[in-house]
Parts: sequence; C-alpha cells; structure tokens
Amino acid sequence: MFYGVGLLYAVVTLWGSHRMLTRILLPAAGLGTVFHLVAIVEYLMRADLAPSFLHQVESLLAFLLMAFFFVVYMRYQTASPGVAVFPLVFLLTLSASSAAWTPGNGPSPTVSASWIFMHVSLILVGYTALFFTFFASILYLVQERNLKAKGTGRSFWSRLPALATIDEIGYRCLVFGFPFMTLGLIAGSVVAEGRYGAKYFADPKILISIFMWLVYTMLLYTRWNVGWRGRRAAYMSAVAFAAAVVALAANSLSQTHRFFAQ
Amino acid sequence: MNFKLIGVNHNSAPLELRERLAIPESRLPDAVQTLVRHPGVEEGMVLSTCNRVELLTSTKQESNLRSFMGSYFGLSADLLSSHHIYEFEHQEAVRHVFRVASSLDSMVVGEPQILGQVKEAYAVARGLGAVHSRLDALVSRAFAVAKRVRTETAIGGASVSISSVAVQLAEKIFGSLNDKTVYVVGAGKMAELAARHLISSGVHKIIFSNRTHERALQMAEAFGGQAEPFERLYETADRADIILTSTGASEPLFRREHGERFLKDRRNRPMFFIDIAVPRNVDRAMDKLDGMFVYDIDDLQSVAAGNTAERKKEAERAEKIIEVEVERFASRMKSLEVVPTILSLQEQCETIRQAEMDRIRGRLGKLTPEQEAAIEAMTRGIVNKLLHTPITTLKSAASGPEAATIHEIIRRIFNLNLKNEKLDK
Repeated sequence: MFYGVGLLYAVVTLWGSHRMLTRILLPAAGLGTVFHLVAIVEYLMRADLAPSFLHQVESLLAFLLMAFFFVVYMRYQTASPGVAVFPLVFLLTLSASSAAWTPGNGPSPTVSASWIFMHVSLILVGYTALFFTFFASILYLVQERNLKAKGTGRSFWSRLPALATIDEIGYRCLVFGFPFMTLGLIAGSVVAEGRYGAKYFADPKILISIFMWLVYTMLLYTRWNVGWRGRRAAYMSAVAFAAAVVALAANSLSQTHRFFAQ
Repeated sequence: MNFKLIGVNHNSAPLELRERLAIPESRLPDAVQTLVRHPGVEEGMVLSTCNRVELLTSTKQESNLRSFMGSYFGLSADLLSSHHIYEFEHQEAVRHVFRVASSLDSMVVGEPQILGQVKEAYAVARGLGAVHSRLDALVSRAFAVAKRVRTETAIGGASVSISSVAVQLAEKIFGSLNDKTVYVVGAGKMAELAARHLISSGVHKIIFSNRTHERALQMAEAFGGQAEPFERLYETADRADIILTSTGASEPLFRREHGERFLKDRRNRPMFFIDIAVPRNVDRAMDKLDGMFVYDIDDLQSVAAGNTAERKKEAERAEKIIEVEVERFASRMKSLEVVPTILSLQEQCETIRQAEMDRIRGRLGKLTPEQEAAIEAMTRGIVNKLLHTPITTLKSAASGPEAATIHEIIRRIFNLNLKNEKLDK
C-alpha cells in the first residue's frame, strides 16, 4: 500500500515541473493521499500501535503534508507549495516504505501508548504547519523580489499567488500550528516526566525542541505586534524550521527519546 | 468548402472608411437579411466593431460580395476595387475567421472583447436563420480555436497599457482589491485613467488630494470618493494601500522617512506607490524598504513593453495553433462532403435488399418469426460487408488528393449521381 502511494508521489514529483499536467497530477496526488489515509487507519486498527517508529512517523508526516497541501489548494487556488511538498513527501514515503516492518518492538509498557500517540500526532501537525509557514515565507521573498525587480526578472508573471495571499497562507498556518505544537510538547513532557523524571529535560533533543517552540512563539508575537513579514519573518521561520528538523532527526540519535527497544 | 469573407479592418482601411461601413446594432439584422438574399449566398453573418466590418458567407456558386458591398453601402467602384477591402475564400477565409476570433487580427493583439463580439454577431445571424450547418460548423470551430489559443498561449495574459499594468501589479501585491484604499495625489489625465481602472477592478475606497483643494473635491465627487486637504497629506496617507501620485512638484513628495513611518503605522502591511509624475513624486530610496513597492512611469512602461514583446512571441505560437486547426477543419469539411454519397449508397442498397426480401417472401410463403429474422440478418450482413470497403475508402480518401477521383468512381459504379444531387438539395 505504501509503495503504491510512494509511486504516485514519485510520478507527481517527476512531472511537478511541468505545470501543464496539473490537471492530471492533482487528482492523482489526491487519490494517493486518500489511499495513504486508508493505509494509516488500517495500520492503526490492526496493530493497535501508536506511530512511534520513525518510519511510521515519516509516513504520517507525509500524509499530513499532503492533507495541508490540499487544504491550501482548495482555499487559495494555488498549487505553489507543491514545489516543495511533493519532493519532500516523496522522500518521506520512500523512506517509510523501504523499511521492513518489524513487529514486536512495541512501546515499552511503562509508557502509556495513548499519550505517545497524542504527543507524536500533535507535534507532527505542528511540524507540518511550520513547514508551510516556512515555505510561504520563502515564496513571499521570491514574490517580493519579483515585484521589486520591476518586470526585468524572467519569472515576473509567474504563477505565484499574490503577495497578500502568500502572506495569509503563512500566517494562517502559523496560528493553526501553534496550539498543536504547544500541546504536543506538553504531552511529550507528561510522557517523559512519568518515565524519566526531571533529568529528561537535559537531553539535547528536548532542548532543541524547546528552543524551536520559543522561536515559534516569537514568530507569532512579532507578527501580532509589529506585523513582521517578508525577510525577517522568513529568517525566523527558517530558524524554527531548522530546529524542528534537527529535533526530528535527533529521534534516532537521542539517548532518552526512545520508547521502543532496538 | 465554399466560404467567402469580405471586409475592412483597422489595418486595411482608414477610419473614415470604417465609419462609413460600420453597421449600428439596430441595423445589423437588416444587413444580415440583405446579405443572405444576395445571389449565390447561402448563409451569412455580419461582424461590425469599431475596428472592423466583415461579411462572412457560405456560398453555393460564384457570388460577388464586392457588388453587395457596393450596393449596400453605396461605395464607388474606385473604392470597391481599392486595397482597403480584403476578400478571402475557402481555406483563407477559415484562417481569417479563426484569427479574428482568437484576437490575432486585433489592434491590440490578445484583447478579449473580440470573441464576445463575434459571438454576438453569430447569435444575431442565427436568430435570423441566416446560419446553417456549414457556417455553424465554421464559427463554432472558431470559438473552440479561440478558446484553445487562450488556454495554450499567454496571449491575453499580461497587460500592455500603463494603467492596466498598474492594476495588475496591485493585484499581484494585494490579491483582491476589494477592501483596498487608493490615495490619488495630484490630478492629471493619466492619474484619472489609472484611478478609473482601479475602481473598475473593485477598489473600495478612493481619496483625493490636491494642492488646489477645489480640484480634489471635484474629483472626489466625480469618482464617488472623498477629498483630504493637501496639508494633511502625510497624516492621512498611511490609510492608503495604493498611492497614485501625479503632481507637478519639483522635489519628491514621499521620501524614505515617510515610508518608514507609514510602515510603522501600518504594522508593516505593504504599500504600493504608482508614481506617474515627471519629475518623480516618490523618492527612489523608498523602494529599498521592505514592503514598499514603487513603480514610476518608466517602470510601468518597461513592464508594458516587456508584456507587448511577450504577447508577440505568444502570438507566433498562436499562429501555429491556427495553422493546425485550419488544416484539421479543412479535412473535416472535406470528409463531410462524402457524407451524402455514403448516405445514398446505403439507401440504394437498402432499397435493393427490401425488394429482394419481398420477392423471397412471395416464393417461400409464410415464414416463422425466427426464419424471418434469420433472413433479415443474413441479407443485412451481406449488404453491410459489401459496402464496408467502399465506405471506408471514401472516408479515408476524403481529405487526400485522390478524393475527387474516388468519389466519382464510386458514384458511377453504384449509379448514384441523380440521387446525390437530390439529397444535396
């Protein structure tokens, strides 16, 4: 099932640069996303497991990215985020599907599975929103540049949405993601508190996560109070996003942030 | 494919002549009716816009459209034979109709109005019963071609006039202009034109300011906006998303420090300066600020010029599409020409089959329904199999060079001449 989805995404990615094919590609990607959802639900029902393995996390993240993409597409009639989303989703699903599924390595009994599940899914929604914010701020910069180049740039009348639209997408995602990120971190802390106590918080991965959350909060704060957008907002969301990526990657490096036996 | 088109356009004829030929809407039905009554004309429609007057017909035999022009418009023989009037026939006429509908023949190539005008002219002629199958096929194909050109090329994409470039830029920045405010500083023809354009694009609020407050009040009244005294310019300008300047000030009105203050007051929401004054009213340094977009007259012009060049390139692509479509249409029309022959062929064989069926019924006496059905199926099968090759040959040869020969041979072999004539009528 995952292979099929991955293949569909691969097709999408390869053809993604040819905008003419949007008409065929988007329904294909939509179908892929629906299959993906079915696969995830099936997995959850069958194995009765929280998605705590890295590969499952990747798969869930890929699904959320696609779901976000379609929400944005329907709301704002723009497929621009696809440029970044499709390749990323492709890599994620590829990685997720290439892994052999190893049953039996369930979460250790000391940790409540439902807490982990909440922690992981909330955080992933937050990550997805952050990714969209980050990418929207890049698009904002590109479009701002285009407009300042006074039509000398080749991509001037490119199909990027209007500056205000890009701004709104970024902002909406930022606001949407914040509660998820916050609750996700709290859920994670509850889990860790129960298992390791206070020493858990000295873990570098956790520190990075907290740092990321702080930057995220600052992004929101500056946006609300000073209306920061464009370059400065892009820098900040880049920092937050980088921290998020490091935090995610640290899953496999961290000593304490592991809830399953190897 | 006997299409014939005669007419004048902005390239071929001076305005005086176009004015004389222009047909007001009220007289259009009369013109169409007179046209289809002209000897040789089977179907006809008339297109009259400010840039062109064209008569499109499908003709049976030789018909002299120039003589129609002469009598209907009262043109002298000199004028009639002049190069101001162009005439196209057959494939050339098809190409011309496709080009007109696709806005390749327009004064501003790619302008969208012409397609609507062609549609109207078509509706009028159709309403009068002046359009039948041939012209219908041609004009509906022209609409499809125009649509194809529009979707496959960017011919109507980018604006080529200064004021529409300004609007398009504003839309690139703000998306919808519905809840946006425009501040017009100074008055001038260009500023007025741009303001008009912005309003028609949905701008919600418009403020005028002028050194002569009277003038600002006048404009506010004319456009349904409001006026602010010039002295309060800097206090009120931050309310605007778009500022249009065209004053005769020798020093820039808006400098970087104003921009910084506006941005602060506006919490960094972007602003768009359209500066069409010479010398410029907005300091160049303003453009360096994030969220401030300044376009002066040269910028707008160069965008417009770039778009014009872009359109030219797109027009070349469109011409290629049209070439392909003309060919396709021609071969389709040719294959339509064999349809009557095929029909009469089938009809003739069916008549023979029926006659033979009647004869066998007489000889065999009463048949059971099963036997009846079996004979029916068998005879039909034989007829269809025999006819299969001639029909497919006719169809496939229809657009080829041998079309006429094969057509003729089949007509003679099956002795179809008389019937075919009848059917065609």
